[in-house]
Amino acid sequence: MRTLGRESVRAAQPYQPTSMSFFPFFQRHTFARGIHPDAHKSTAGSPIRRLPFAPRMILPLAQHIGKPALPTVVVGQEVVRGEPIAKPDGFVSLPLHAPADGVIEAIDLRPSVRGPWVPAITLRAYEASTQEVRWGQPRDIDAMTPQQILAAIQDAGIAGMGGAAFPAHAKLIPPKGAMIETLIVNGAECEPYLTCDHRVMLEYTQDVMLGIRLAMRACGAKRAIIGVEDNKPDAIAMLRAGLPADGAISVEAVVTKYPQGAADTLIYALTGREVPIGERTSSIGVLLSNVMTMAYIGRLVPAGQGVIERVVTVTGLGVARPGNYLVPLGTPLRYLLDFAGAVATDRQIILGGPMMGESAASLDVSTIKGTSGVLVIPQPPPAQGRIYPCIKCGECVNVCPKGLNPSMLGMLAARGEYESMAEYHISECFECGSCSYVCPSHIPLVQQFRVAKGMLRKK
Amino acid sequence: MTPGIELRTSPHVVKGNSVEKIMFHVVLALLPIVVFSVWQYGVSALASLVTISLVCIGSERLFNRLSDQTSTLSDWSATITGLLLALSLPPAFPLWMGAVAGFVAIALGKALFGGIGYNVMNPALVGRAFVQAAFPVAITTWIPAFAPNRFNEFAPTTFTMPLMMPPDISVWAKQALDGFTGATPLAIWKFDNVLATPADFLSGSVTASTGETSAILILLCGIYLAARKFLDWRIPVAVLGSAALTALAFQIIDPNRYPDPLFVLLSGGLMLGAVFMATDMSTSPVTPKGVWIYGALIGVVTVMIRYFGGLTEGVMYAILIANALAPLIDQVTQPRVFGQIKIKQAKPDPARGDKT
Repeated sequence: MRTLGRESVRAAQPYQPTSMSFFPFFQRHTFARGIHPDAHKSTAGSPIRRLPFAPRMILPLAQHIGKPALPTVVVGQEVVRGEPIAKPDGFVSLPLHAPADGVIEAIDLRPSVRGPWVPAITLRAYEASTQEVRWGQPRDIDAMTPQQILAAIQDAGIAGMGGAAFPAHAKLIPPKGAMIETLIVNGAECEPYLTCDHRVMLEYTQDVMLGIRLAMRACGAKRAIIGVEDNKPDAIAMLRAGLPADGAISVEAVVTKYPQGAADTLIYALTGREVPIGERTSSIGVLLSNVMTMAYIGRLVPAGQGVIERVVTVTGLGVARPGNYLVPLGTPLRYLLDFAGAVATDRQIILGGPMMGESAASLDVSTIKGTSGVLVIPQPPPAQGRIYPCIKCGECVNVCPKGLNPSMLGMLAARGEYESMAEYHISECFECGSCSYVCPSHIPLVQQFRVAKGMLRKK
Repeated sequence: MTPGIELRTSPHVVKGNSVEKIMFHVVLALLPIVVFSVWQYGVSALASLVTISLVCIGSERLFNRLSDQTSTLSDWSATITGLLLALSLPPAFPLWMGAVAGFVAIALGKALFGGIGYNVMNPALVGRAFVQAAFPVAITTWIPAFAPNRFNEFAPTTFTMPLMMPPDISVWAKQALDGFTGATPLAIWKFDNVLATPADFLSGSVTASTGETSAILILLCGIYLAARKFLDWRIPVAVLGSAALTALAFQIIDPNRYPDPLFVLLSGGLMLGAVFMATDMSTSPVTPKGVWIYGALIGVVTVMIRYFGGLTEGVMYAILIANALAPLIDQVTQPRVFGQIKIKQAKPDPARGDKT
């Protein structure tokens, strides 16, 4: 059996609060480099509130990575809240469920966040639709085999809710030959502004624990560690209070630093091990999943239901009523922002966090399974930030969590030398944005790297 | 697309740092040194500082025009070049020679390579190296600090006619301040084996270039910049540390012949060079390891030139040599990429500078 260095030793010991340790520097869990953007987490104190049903909900068939779902309904068909309306197309695919009682109005093309129009099911919600979920058979989770748990997670349509939206069941199956020792649950929430994971840890604590239990059984992990940034002491305390007695799950505070919640950095912070270049996390016996994904596994699998809503942080300077909303999937941004009191003109609408989120081109885009936040940020004045040549200050090298040399990569990208960029490990860049964040020359490094990676993929 | 919505790519927030901000703070940090040097050397130094800075700014604008660029004066880098160049020249340096130095600094040191960010060597030092070779006498002609008439009278050399040799000022200098020898502490040590004391340096009463006498002031300004993160503290620490260690090693070998490390640190342009010139971002390495190697190289080469070279001062050439090597240093000190664990058995990796 693989051992996991520091982590396996630590798991046997009771947790000691960081501040009380004798050498706090050596005991704090973190990674090298990184940045400290302003947190803007003013919504952390806002309890999760339900959003009413929008009159029309637009459900893209591809809300996850993998093959799009196949519709199982026809136009004009009546559905009830929670009823499956599309089935998975193969293993790396997920079903869709109706977020409200209503009638299928259209199955056609609708705008997506990235611009292209994509196939989507439009549901007209009945005004009389209630919050009751009239679908699903409760399951006896104690009797389920790992395969049954995985199938149940797929049936529930759960995609990674941290933003990547990879089907949760597919992630929980280790590749052949790999053995999963540890499940790391990502509660770091290192993106500024976002607080939805924070609220889920506070309010859905038991769902989180149950979800972790089920995920551990599904992937065969012996233990689970929940990593939470130390700017959320209430969430850490709440999770600790809810820990099961057998000690298989632990909660660790990690240093508040961006991008602490990225897969490689959080695994390093908690286990002291690096995922080798080009390998998956399972190569060192670790799987990583978002805490909200765990909460929804724990909530939906026992109930036999599917994902029909998720917690979304709606915030930013342009929002009158910021907070954490339980948003039915498919709710158009226009409706969500109206409800939250956002002024949508002369603003930038960002889906996800400000460091890695995407600008939405249209208010007709809907909230989907991977939407963790909706930020409304006033446009920066256009004159701000003249782009200078790289002055080689080295600040990007000092912050890159992957140890890359963004300064050099940026100069290579400007010259179109993508092959050389590959030699300098551009493939390892996960676009966290730390280099662009600090660059005094305002070089759009991350965008250059995206282009370069796209060009390299084409070759 | 919905009207009134702006599309941008991530990250959507920035630290708010900028080239202009960094350079402006370097100018701010230079101001106390400028003021001190004017107080020390009077109107001659002031004329030199103003002339050289204006020539640098004008040259920068000229090359902006010639290359159809928008003005880059707002980034303050030409101002820094001008101030640093003037601070590193003797206070009574003829103005026309200073103007040549300023033009060469911007033209050959910066514009030739493509402007800010592209220059290989520190522009101010390129300008200084040019006039050192062109006007070897003028650049070693010193005037006394704190001369009583320094605010009323220019040094005779200041207003030398262009293309003319400056007059000999030894008589004037002796009149200006009794007992003035016209030699820098490094020269006095090198040729007469007499050491200046730390107290001489701290009071600023030694003979030196315009901005080189106030070691404490330079350090304080450097600490301000480092604290505000406008300067990489590792470079001056590496430069001064390696210079001190090298000097210490020589002193242990032969205490009679070689001076103590403190003399090495305080004399000449080492402090100004370590804090303000070696730290020029464009011409120093970007990798963490590279920065230390670069700084250490400057310290060692400076001491070597001072001890074994024909010149009394070696900071300028040490920094220029290290500037030239900086891209190479970067190349061989690429940071270890996260997850790059199987280095030894893996195939040669150009990113780490392995030979392929």
